[in-house]
Amino acid sequence: MAEAQIKKNIFTISSSPHVHCDESVSKIMWSVCLALTPAAIFGVFNFGIHALEVIITGIIAAVVTEYFVEKVRNKPITITDGSAFLTGLLLSMCLPPDIPPYMVAIGSFIAIAIAKHSMGGLGQNIFNPAHIGRAALMVSWPVAMTTWSKLSASGVDAVTTATPLGILKLQGYSKLVETFGGQGALYKAMFLGTRNGSIGETSTILLVLGGLYLIYKKYINWQIPVVMIGTVGILTWAFGGTTGLFTGDPVFHMMAGGLVIGAFFMATDMVTIPMTINGQVIFALGAGALTSLIRLKGGYPEGVCYSILLMNAVTPLIDKFTQPVKFGTRR
Amino acid sequence: MLKSFRGGVHPDDSKKYTANKPIEIAPIPDKVFIPVRQHIGAPTSPVVQKGDEVKKGQLIAKSDAFVSANIYASISGKVVDVGDYPHPTFGKCLAIVIENDEKDEWVEGIPTSRNWKELSVKEMLGIIREAGIVGMGGATFPVHVKLAPPPDKKVDVFILNGAECEPYLTADYRSMLENSDKVVAGVQIIMKILNVEKAFVGIEDNKPDAIEAMKKAFEGTKVQVVGLPTKYPQGAEKMLINVLTGREVPSGGLPADVGAVVQNVGTCIAISDAVERGIPLIQRVTTISGGAIKEPKNILVRIGTTFKDAIDFCGGFKEEPVKIISGGPMMGFAQSNLDIPIMKGSSGILGLTKNDTNEGKESSCIRCGRCLKACPMHLNPSMLSILGQKDLYKEAKEEYNLFDCVECGSCVYTCPAKRRIVQYIRYLKSENKAAQAREKAKADKAKEKEEAKNKEEVIK
Repeated sequence: MAEAQIKKNIFTISSSPHVHCDESVSKIMWSVCLALTPAAIFGVFNFGIHALEVIITGIIAAVVTEYFVEKVRNKPITITDGSAFLTGLLLSMCLPPDIPPYMVAIGSFIAIAIAKHSMGGLGQNIFNPAHIGRAALMVSWPVAMTTWSKLSASGVDAVTTATPLGILKLQGYSKLVETFGGQGALYKAMFLGTRNGSIGETSTILLVLGGLYLIYKKYINWQIPVVMIGTVGILTWAFGGTTGLFTGDPVFHMMAGGLVIGAFFMATDMVTIPMTINGQVIFALGAGALTSLIRLKGGYPEGVCYSILLMNAVTPLIDKFTQPVKFGTRR
Repeated sequence: MLKSFRGGVHPDDSKKYTANKPIEIAPIPDKVFIPVRQHIGAPTSPVVQKGDEVKKGQLIAKSDAFVSANIYASISGKVVDVGDYPHPTFGKCLAIVIENDEKDEWVEGIPTSRNWKELSVKEMLGIIREAGIVGMGGATFPVHVKLAPPPDKKVDVFILNGAECEPYLTADYRSMLENSDKVVAGVQIIMKILNVEKAFVGIEDNKPDAIEAMKKAFEGTKVQVVGLPTKYPQGAEKMLINVLTGREVPSGGLPADVGAVVQNVGTCIAISDAVERGIPLIQRVTTISGGAIKEPKNILVRIGTTFKDAIDFCGGFKEEPVKIISGGPMMGFAQSNLDIPIMKGSSGILGLTKNDTNEGKESSCIRCGRCLKACPMHLNPSMLSILGQKDLYKEAKEEYNLFDCVECGSCVYTCPAKRRIVQYIRYLKSENKAAQAREKAKADKAKEKEEAKNKEEVIK
């Protein structure tokens, strides 16, 4: 027992407080991974075993890179805290299912070594590492990054080898509805995820469930996904139609592309977004507006990745202007 | 239901250990160690010498400074030493050691019996000052100073702080249940001194029976007993005033700036003892608790009793404590040993196990923003901790409101990266003070030089 210590009369000294909550960085990171898991598993079922290869490669490459970079930087090894695992998982979920694994590994390397550690490591990076990895692959191998396989899921084989947003961009809305065989079928496919796209971005329902879990755990604020997806909905509704104002299809746009995964899991990446709730709402508004702008007026069919990266860049500025007003400045 | 203040955290209140334990009178120890500094303000100087015989309630150290508090012998016996002994916050401090003569005799003249209604405000303030009463919640600010706000500040409300928002502590709670008559007398005395008509008793709603007991005790008076949402730091003066009156104490200001004075439950009892019975502050109710203590208790204990004696009375340790805390777990002071004496401001002694503290390794900030949500002063603790690591004390003061921090510890409690934010903030504050001192020294030197030069010129 403690007799020896008590006799010696030595106890730990430290600054108050002396009790702590039982949250930790790794608990948060692993919870986010858990929240992503259903959508990832669905992606594997949806796109086949190659999708699993992509996910595993992405995760392993990220964790191994983290290990070696920390070794080189002479920092404590933190591969068990789940943050590198999460980056690898998120990145691979945002890649097309048929991408060659070596590209995935390079993407993970860029995400961890350049986007994260060259900025100083966990908590110091300005940009979302997974999105930097994706953007790097996008500019390096644009063809591989925009080649979409036919779905293996039965009954949806009719869908062409393009994403719904790609069809919309190149062939128009009526062709999109026609491809899916009606508006109801389109919404259903978008909601359940039986459509073409990146591995983990397709299933709206599973991603939302994962997001709700994080909101319940208080790891993310509900305002971010609601504002970001809402902004996209309003703007695409207003300006997305061909026959005038408010003729667009907001329901489709809100579920399309990487918006749901982006709004729930990327725009809520605490490291790269503003710290106050006001700042986060501004961030989500900006990201939603930029996404709509890229989708409707830009060269790419999808813009979630770039819009979040652009908002990451202005996050320090948003933080500066949304500092809390200290207590005692009003009566 | 009252609207709560913005910010704060919900730590496990851990009051179950002692909430149902009536206050026990602790045995008088063989020796007491009474430090001459137990309050904010000027230290006192001993008026007894080694070898003197003293009686319980006898003045043993005093100061003529206004912001100070007299010290009394808490037991009868012989002064066996006046020297440096362990102190909970200063490390070492001059203390008067009294050896128990087992007689427990009062000094002549006390206890007496007085009707406070017949005393004038000035007399009562004098009695309170003489009795050495300080804020017993832990702040230890001399009470007679707080009860005599400058004439330009119009005080119109008194608040009795029964929130006891620190986890583990139940001393005030038990006192409200068991000594409600003294609490009522104390509140009425304070209301008379402050000349206020309005008073609140604020109690967190995790203590419903204390709310009931106080409501009953204050029946027929103008005092309003209010249940407060349970949230740390509900008992911080600024938060309490804000929730009960809607007023915000201005940045850098005092409660009196918004017309409020706050006192703690233990303090009210001490005031009642002093004014009604002439008894100076020589004992207090304190909670001995924590996962490492065998039989946690609320005890009425003499000032100067060592932690060891108090813990022994509670059966000693049943498990190895990693930390010994003087006060509550959120704002108390960790102690290195058990020779520390219980002082006027010791609201609790905690023996915390590893399980209780939940401490972890500090990592870098992941900007989750939980500390910003938790900060009751609406600061940016994350940024302050980063500035602390980089020693940027000027920026912390000028751009991030460093000196508005009340060091309540909510940010550290809630931080998933286990960052020692309050420690950085304390460091930044001390760096600012050191810089100020340096600048002042520099200015003084320059002034001296100038004067010397002027003199030379005059001579020429």
